[in-house]
Amino acid sequence: MQVDEATVRRIARLARIRITDAEAKALEKELSGILDWVEQLDAVDTAGVEPMTRVIPMSLRKRADVVTDGGIADDIVANAPAREDHFFAVPKVVE
Amino acid sequence: MTDLTKLTLAEARAGLERRRFSATELARAFLDAIGAGNGALNAYVLATPEVALAQARASDERLARGEARPLEGLPLGIKDLYCTRGVRTTACSDILAEFTPTYESTVTQNLWDAGAVMLGKLNCDEFAMGSSNETSRFGPVTNPWRRRASNVALVPGGSSGGSSAAVAADLCLAATATDTGGSIRQPAAITGTVGIKPTYGRCSRWGIVAFASSLDQAGPIAKTVRDAAIMLRHMASTDAKDTTSVDMPVPDYEAAVGASIQGLKVGVPKEYRIDGMPREIEALWQQGIAWLRATGATIHDVSLPHTKYALPAYYIVAPAECSSNLARYDGVRYGLREPGDDLIATYEATRAAGFGAEVRRRVLIGTYVLSAGYYDAYYLKAQKVRSLIKRDFEEAFAKVDVLLTPTTPGPAFGIGEVSGDPIQMYLNDIFTVTVNMAGLPGISVPAGLSSEGTPLGLQLIGRPFDEATLFRAGQAIEDSAGRFAPPEPWWVTSTGAQSGKTPGKAAGKTPRKTRGKTPRRT
Repeated sequence: MQVDEATVRRIARLARIRITDAEAKALEKELSGILDWVEQLDAVDTAGVEPMTRVIPMSLRKRADVVTDGGIADDIVANAPAREDHFFAVPKVVE
Repeated sequence: MTDLTKLTLAEARAGLERRRFSATELARAFLDAIGAGNGALNAYVLATPEVALAQARASDERLARGEARPLEGLPLGIKDLYCTRGVRTTACSDILAEFTPTYESTVTQNLWDAGAVMLGKLNCDEFAMGSSNETSRFGPVTNPWRRRASNVALVPGGSSGGSSAAVAADLCLAATATDTGGSIRQPAAITGTVGIKPTYGRCSRWGIVAFASSLDQAGPIAKTVRDAAIMLRHMASTDAKDTTSVDMPVPDYEAAVGASIQGLKVGVPKEYRIDGMPREIEALWQQGIAWLRATGATIHDVSLPHTKYALPAYYIVAPAECSSNLARYDGVRYGLREPGDDLIATYEATRAAGFGAEVRRRVLIGTYVLSAGYYDAYYLKAQKVRSLIKRDFEEAFAKVDVLLTPTTPGPAFGIGEVSGDPIQMYLNDIFTVTVNMAGLPGISVPAGLSSEGTPLGLQLIGRPFDEATLFRAGQAIEDSAGRFAPPEPWWVTSTGAQSGKTPGKAAGKTPRKTRGKTPRRT
């Protein structure tokens, strides 16, 4: 699978990573190489095979639907790069 | 007093119990060793002497009262992927900046509850993505081992390269590590240490920075099989905070160490005999077979036909899950923020500045394979291949109790030696990644030296939750092979020999000349 520069830019946009022109060029080659390499999986017949979801048969445990946490707003904003009181501060989103 | 840092975890435990030395003396010995040796090795990215000495003091009080817990006063290193309350945790990525968790990971909490002492946070590949510890924001870790008559700096493996180097260089008694595709076993193999990745679900993933959630698993790197067994028992637990953690009691793994392997059925998978495999790896494997046979095991040829598809399938599953997990790093709630004109531009600038090249590459691959129209062709296909890999193992385990393979396709390589083509680096995990894909437990045990004089390991793969058999068979290999320690401690500088200093990157980087001594077997 060959990816072109436009595809690299589209993926980077989806991944929210800014890339330079030089990086886009290099990534075109690297991503194509990796995707070519994983294409060998096409040789495996997976007709009728279920995708793996569990290592051993077990159902996800559920816990009681009760509040177990809370009142830790100070902790939650403690590492924020920008905050006002108990709010995360971000660039203006709505005019 | 003998050098306390040379003790195994089990020996240190016995020494503390018999009051031969105090927990404080033990912690100080390691802090001094870190001060003198970390400049050259770069294994620790943060030393925590205040924490260590406070914990050691508390341990001494408990020991005096006769209330010692199972790991009382034993100093450990913690991979910087584990969140530690009040202690900077970065996953060795710029994007986490000075992130200081307000909570403790379940695994480390288990260790502190058992009385262990934290020496500091250990270097690793950025977000545990790498096989050489060269993608860390703090720079590479240097392997304490060197090639015979050479000063070339070698990698300690990855991603848990700080853990493997610190254990090999006696900068901690044992270390925590994590393994997504081989990140415990590969570094253990090429530093002459023991590393076990337990069955998926055995250790809680809560509070460990996530890479690929269906593959990530915590485990220890230690000096001996027994030490690894002691560590795993106190790392593992059932945890309500991780719904994939299993509701099964944790066995006393140490009880399996030293038990006979008479009649144990050992499988040798023919598909691991890959094209171009170095002769010394084949010879090591044959040696392992001979040792196990001589100690009472029977050897059986088995086939795992889908082995060669494990690595390419991994490089769909792992990047897909990583692109999803790493979406949280948006510069809003924690870590780095690189301001842009608007919110989207802020995200894009933050993630461009905060992620290194390998992480960016994997996020992009993952985004691609999960993007509209490609999910079935890539991720779903890879998950189906995983089912086939798992089925191969199930069929093999109907005939045998454990599988024996090499851990790595070769010994430690030089820093910067494998670069350019990412796939060349990925091939390091060719023997380890199958185990993660199937969720099985795997242990690497030191088994010999390469022609270059550097360590090599053998891997044992077990049935789900049968870690006990891995410890039993692993001890048989250790008994036959002996233990391996680096020749001269070239990394020790006298100038840095003071505790309480935060390790930096700059100090003592130039390796001193070795005296070319042959490695000592202890």
